[in-house]
Amino acid sequence: MRLQGAGASFPFPIYSKWFKVYSVAHQNVQIDYQSVGSGAGVKNFIDKTVDFGASDMAMKPEEIARVQGGAQLLPLTAGNIVLTYNVPGLTDLKLSREAYAGIFLGKVKKWNDPAIAKANPGAKLPGSAINVVVRADASGTTFVFTQHLSAISKEFAASPGTNDMPAWPVGTRSKGNEGVTASVQTTPGAIGYIEFGYAMTQKMPMAQLENKSGNFIAPSTASGQAAIASANLPDNLIAWVPDPPVKDAYPIATFTWLLCYKKNSDPKKAEVLRNLLLYCLTDGQKESEALGYLPLPDAVATKVKAAVENVQ
Amino acid sequence: MPADNQISRPPSRIQTATDTAFRALCQGFAWLALLIAVFIVLKIIIAALPAVRQYGLGFLTGRLWDPHKKVYSILPEIWGTLYSSVLALILGTAFGVAAAVFLAEGFVADYVFALLKIFKLQFHPFWGKLPKQMDNLLRNLIELLAAIPSVVYGLWGLFVVIPLVRPACHWLHAKMGWVPLFGTDLSGPGMLPAVIVLSIMSLPTITAIGRGALVGVPSRLRMAAYGLGATRWETILAVTIPTASPGIFGGVVLAFGRALGETMALAMLVGNANVISASLFSPANTLASLLANAFPEASPKDVGVLMYAATALLAITLLVNAAGAYILERTSSDPEGSKA
Repeated sequence: MRLQGAGASFPFPIYSKWFKVYSVAHQNVQIDYQSVGSGAGVKNFIDKTVDFGASDMAMKPEEIARVQGGAQLLPLTAGNIVLTYNVPGLTDLKLSREAYAGIFLGKVKKWNDPAIAKANPGAKLPGSAINVVVRADASGTTFVFTQHLSAISKEFAASPGTNDMPAWPVGTRSKGNEGVTASVQTTPGAIGYIEFGYAMTQKMPMAQLENKSGNFIAPSTASGQAAIASANLPDNLIAWVPDPPVKDAYPIATFTWLLCYKKNSDPKKAEVLRNLLLYCLTDGQKESEALGYLPLPDAVATKVKAAVENVQ
Repeated sequence: MPADNQISRPPSRIQTATDTAFRALCQGFAWLALLIAVFIVLKIIIAALPAVRQYGLGFLTGRLWDPHKKVYSILPEIWGTLYSSVLALILGTAFGVAAAVFLAEGFVADYVFALLKIFKLQFHPFWGKLPKQMDNLLRNLIELLAAIPSVVYGLWGLFVVIPLVRPACHWLHAKMGWVPLFGTDLSGPGMLPAVIVLSIMSLPTITAIGRGALVGVPSRLRMAAYGLGATRWETILAVTIPTASPGIFGGVVLAFGRALGETMALAMLVGNANVISASLFSPANTLASLLANAFPEASPKDVGVLMYAATALLAITLLVNAAGAYILERTSSDPEGSKA
């Protein structure tokens, strides 16, 4: 039995880990996952060239409507998006909402800007320029990050707005998490957004961000889980937390979805897929933290497990 | 030769058959190559047609690429593609032709020969071969540059070139910011690092073809120049290089085509920001890197727009190559062309 999937690159490390562990435990099952990007994942899923898709941007209602027999989206894991920076001598950066929205709008231009200095009393902030680094390629990470910025800043919502490849008003652009990380590492005064897991393995400094309640929260498994736990999952299991209203929640966290057909042509395949999904939602969740992903809160996992039955 | 010679006899039937088959095969593959090229171009143009109809020529002259507002235009990318390629070519040609002269004139061999002479080893059966081998080594080293993968160039640019040029860029911007070339500060990736790496990437093409052209200059021309009392320096500048110039130019055109289409290294180094600026330190964007960055997650609707951009890139490359071929033909019809 061979299952083929394609889609988002953000959950690729944990998916490949899950699929490998599952294949080893079940000799007759082989699962291939290609991280071709969320957009391509949704496209392949609609065209039915795969057994399942994956997307960080979920699917739009009109896209779901184009899937014959219906689609079941399942949030399998979640992650934080962090701001990493390279300011010599600065290790503990706190950014207010005003500051980091301003930085990505190109309005906060110097590291010693009052908007940054206010939240970092006593820190030695240089007067050098802020070199903003954003993603050059279309990506789900950018989508979630701009969604958050649009939620906290009316100006950002108007332009550039929420998009997977927006017209950033400022900065240089690098390809992929690795490109942004490399640019930030080699450019003094740089700041960029990357995935939490990537920042963790690369030991990049991460800024504490001000959340909706006005607290400065460092990205961590606990603070990210607090954010996604605040999501109220509707029946279609598509929910965003653009700005979690929880006092100890890290402000930028998101689910990522596996896209499954409600009606599979081969019932045996569907059974294997269900079995795999249940593994991911139970034992699989224990792998999350080491790879920098957020284990699903129990309430969410229970709800998703129930939805797995819709995959027939 | 007499007809009844034992050696010469009419070809056997098998030989004729193989001959015809081989010719057909070659012809087939030649046509296939052409067909594939036409097929690719047609496919891209057909995929681009809806976007061409929707956005028209404004696509080529606007400055904004904003998927959120559904506004697409590629003037910054066209500018960046041409600007980076032209600058890289100026740099690459200067170094490439110099290296070609150095190789073609066998300067290394001369040095090594002179060195061996000190030890009186110049005609030694083993050491005597050294000058020629050093020449080959140097040539292969430069041609090896062509074998380095683009992504490695990109990484090298990111981790070596950018930190290396940063202090100089800061200084130039601070002291001579009024010169448009230094109008902005280098933040990291930008035009200059991209141009430096691109020029190194185009170096092997220019050098290899340039060397071929220089070596092909008939030696009697050089001898004649020496005979007239010209120094080696004067001979190189006034006789060898002008005679070989069509060949050198051909190499430059090839390198230009490569520079226009270079993707990976540029996507990593150019900064990918939709900015039109004469400044060497400003981030910019190129068509190829726009395509590389936007394609993986493109929705079916965006694909048309990207295909339009691809068509524009194709057209630019085609124009450059056609212009190059035309100029080459014009100049090489000189009686003293480097066709040797």
